[in-house]
Amino acid sequence: MKQQVATSPLLEVKNLVVEYVVGNKIVHAVSDVSLEIARGETLGLVGESGCGKSTLGRAVLQLRPAQSGKVLFDGADLTSMRGEALRKMRRRVQLIFQDPIASLNPRRRIGDIIAEPLVIAGYKDANKRRELVREVLGAVGLDPALVVDRLPHEFSGGQCQRICIARALVLNPEFIICDEPVSALDVSIRAQILNLLEEMKTRFRLTLLFIAHDLAVVKAVSDRVAVMYLGRICEVGPSEQLFAKPAHPYTALLIEAIPVPDPDVRPAESVPVGEPPSPIAPPSGCRFRTRCPRADRRCAEDVPELRPIAAGKYVACHHPLT
Amino acid sequence: MTGTPLLSVERVAVDLPSARGNLRAVDQVDLSLDAGRTLGIVGESGCGKTMLSRAILQLLPKKARLSGRVMFDGQDLAHCNPETLRKLRARSLAVVFQDPMTSLNPVLTIGTQLIETLQAHLELDMIAAKKRSVDLLAAVGIPAPDQRLTQYPHQLSGGMRQRVAIAIALSCEPKLLIADEPTTALDVTIQAQILDLLAREQKRRHMAMIIITYDLGVVAGRTDEVAVMYAGRLVERAPTQALFKQMHMPYTEALLAAIPKLETAPHTPLPAISGRPPDPTRPTKGCSFAPRCRYSAGRCESEKPPLVPAETSAHQFACFHPIKIAAGVGA
Repeated sequence: MKQQVATSPLLEVKNLVVEYVVGNKIVHAVSDVSLEIARGETLGLVGESGCGKSTLGRAVLQLRPAQSGKVLFDGADLTSMRGEALRKMRRRVQLIFQDPIASLNPRRRIGDIIAEPLVIAGYKDANKRRELVREVLGAVGLDPALVVDRLPHEFSGGQCQRICIARALVLNPEFIICDEPVSALDVSIRAQILNLLEEMKTRFRLTLLFIAHDLAVVKAVSDRVAVMYLGRICEVGPSEQLFAKPAHPYTALLIEAIPVPDPDVRPAESVPVGEPPSPIAPPSGCRFRTRCPRADRRCAEDVPELRPIAAGKYVACHHPLT
Repeated sequence: MTGTPLLSVERVAVDLPSARGNLRAVDQVDLSLDAGRTLGIVGESGCGKTMLSRAILQLLPKKARLSGRVMFDGQDLAHCNPETLRKLRARSLAVVFQDPMTSLNPVLTIGTQLIETLQAHLELDMIAAKKRSVDLLAAVGIPAPDQRLTQYPHQLSGGMRQRVAIAIALSCEPKLLIADEPTTALDVTIQAQILDLLAREQKRRHMAMIIITYDLGVVAGRTDEVAVMYAGRLVERAPTQALFKQMHMPYTEALLAAIPKLETAPHTPLPAISGRPPDPTRPTKGCSFAPRCRYSAGRCESEKPPLVPAETSAHQFACFHPIKIAAGVGA
């Protein structure tokens, strides 16, 4: 497994920069991000809202144009692809969004919603399409006979997310980007969907990019985790290690902030770290420095590069914790 | 528990007529809260926790029917005239909602909204009200408060807006603050700061506070008591320490177990609760959690379990097959 990992990553993001113009200002959404995801791996991407994690996910799929940088999927550069070639490639990559109800067309029947990717991909035989739809609905734990002729509003949020997962799986993709797939769901339903994603990953031999703001959720499903702050990656490492021994002060802050369901763990009086600055005018040097207890003059001047500190572990900090 | 509690909710039920029939949002809830204490109301969406808080505030939708009694500070809120209620809500009963963008007026400056509240309810003059607004904003951790007074809600971040909403809620020194999912819309680092702020102000002002949340983590370290709701009913109620030491209601335990934990190794299947909450327009005869409960047997399907005391009368649960093992084990 590890050997394969070393040979060819399924997805490689190289020095990706995504910016957009708002009025006469530039939002630095993703700044010089590089990542690799091996075949069969789940990479978790965590960060607070506005840190650029969703933009990064979209830029991977070329749903947002990148200013510079490369996105290599299975060796082919998606950033240079256009038209038919890109469409073909996208069949191998699918997306699951945060709000399952909003991502289903309310006027279409579930069977048609799930069959649509097949229609677009050129499956002409309607019987074959129906068969594939039934198969995938069964896989996500819904009874096809009860589901195909109904409309999205007849289903709960959790069931709609199952339908979205079915739609993403119907073309048998290799790679799925899950963008906050459980944050709109209730606690009891969240666990069901996380378990389902894990099951589907094994069954369909998927590679996942799992984007979320909840660290515990990300850890539950990820082999490796990348922490993002204001458009840059702060730290990447194997999930277990990253949470046990965070190297970047921001990762430590995030871990500290999670409320623990145990009354004996007195919540530490949170460090008055303020709020993230605007991505329109990110701080010079290290972007986390304005909230960092360890920041000094060097942090304001030099942008810390993502550098290895242990096997598979990278940190972008001048004063790491370990 | 001596004397009269500040708030006592007695047999409160809320019915909402809906297209699919009568929806019982809150079903016979009893609660009480003493001055200066904090209560966490925990449950998933649709469990009735927000409707219960609206019933306390007398802010229910027009078509809703309320039964039971809500006694606050010696008065029965259900029978107060609108003017008394308005005064009460202004002075003693404050609320902070989930989404600060919708609870602040987008076309008025922060200053206008704060000063208006203070002038209307405390009858301060302009200068005194302005000075007090600056003090309040500083107290809730807003940097450069005098400049913020001239800004509009959209110019502030979500966390800052929630701080302003808290400042307005605290402005008249309420006796009870109801915080309805105050941090659900916020990022985790901001959430910690807002929860700390609420805890600090609650202690300093010795006010009672109700935190409504779906997150058992939020109530664990920050409340004296916890009430767990499921399908409109109170299913377990206990002092926070006692609850986390020994949960008796299988739903409470399952809810805690279903939360992903940072200590758990990656790829460990989560103990999910199967199925989903019942349809509130179709009341069940038995325990509403029975169809999803792994301990369900016998009369669970046919009889509603009443709230009964556990080790102490402060710890109550509604279950025919309560859990005896330590919380979290064997889940």
